[in-house]
Amino acid sequence: MSENRDSTLPVRIWRGDANGRFERYDVPRHASQTVLDVVSHVQKHVDATLAYRYACRVGMCGSCAMTVNGKARWTCRTHVDAVVGDAMLEIAPLNHMPIVRDLVVDMAPFFDKWAAAMGAFTPTATRHDDFAQVEPASPQRRAIDATIECIGCAVCYASCDVVGWKPAYLGPAALNRAWTLVNDVRDGAGAARLRAVSDDAGCQACHTHQSCTERCPKHLAPTGAIAGLKRRVALAALKGQL
Amino acid sequence: MSDTGAWVADTNNRGRSTAARAAAWRFVLQRASAAVLAVCVVIHLATMIYAARHGLSSEAVVARMHVTPAWPAFYALFVVAAAIHAPLGIRTVVDEWLGLRGRVVDAALGFFALLLLGGGLYAVRALAG
Repeated sequence: MSENRDSTLPVRIWRGDANGRFERYDVPRHASQTVLDVVSHVQKHVDATLAYRYACRVGMCGSCAMTVNGKARWTCRTHVDAVVGDAMLEIAPLNHMPIVRDLVVDMAPFFDKWAAAMGAFTPTATRHDDFAQVEPASPQRRAIDATIECIGCAVCYASCDVVGWKPAYLGPAALNRAWTLVNDVRDGAGAARLRAVSDDAGCQACHTHQSCTERCPKHLAPTGAIAGLKRRVALAALKGQL
Repeated sequence: MSDTGAWVADTNNRGRSTAARAAAWRFVLQRASAAVLAVCVVIHLATMIYAARHGLSSEAVVARMHVTPAWPAFYALFVVAAAIHAPLGIRTVVDEWLGLRGRVVDAALGFFALLLLGGGLYAVRALAG
């Protein structure tokens, strides 16, 4: 990017609520500039009323996810060079959630679905019991390894076609969380959690498009987790345990 | 609580277990019928290609179907799988693309399934002679 240092980057940023519009800004372009740097520049130097979220700036908190040139991404970990080339940068709020203002969405529906999928751990032991012994190489623990790093950024949820078509669909993140707990030998929810994720809006609604898996910034595979839930739920139904 | 949260609470209050079982069985039936259809379509296509390459007339094809009850049985299985699979697929399409769901839709699709089953088995009966 050194040849473009000190040039100007044209940016379109969504302003307003769901009935808002894109507004154009010209932002100084720098080497190794992230999309979050661009948004922050506009807020600090052009229009202080621009609303957006961020916290850690290093890909740990997941709060800065936005739609960048049509795809949901963490803006703090997305270099401008990687997404625009010589074209215009376009930044919009995440899909499938109500827009509060500008680049901020209301994530209540997203987290409500984590609760609906019984995303909370259901303990079976008390403080008087010994620590559970979980073999790291066991199939259940390995399945958890593949899912546990989710930080709830909603990139997968905003990328899911099925959520767009069927707003009640629980979505990849909530189902990924449910699969994590289904594999947790310490958890006691059992068939109740399988019932929670089996519905017209549950795991069976997934079309295996794999947009969630392709776009997950943590390189997780919610599609695999959902497939696991489908198998487990089907098996429980066949055994009369659902 | 958001609208989604309210929907979740409402769903939980209205027979979570029944809905969960129904969804699971629809999934199982849809996948199982798809597996049967995959085999049936291959056999059916191979039969059609054989008939075409050997210049068999429709009368000759039907006559051969009378030789063994295995052929009518095969096509009866084909019909049953299609009668299960097609309405389940359409149910998803009308839900996601048209937003249509509920008991009226399920009843209409049940009628469609019976129509496929009845029409298909009627044709198989003709094949059996």
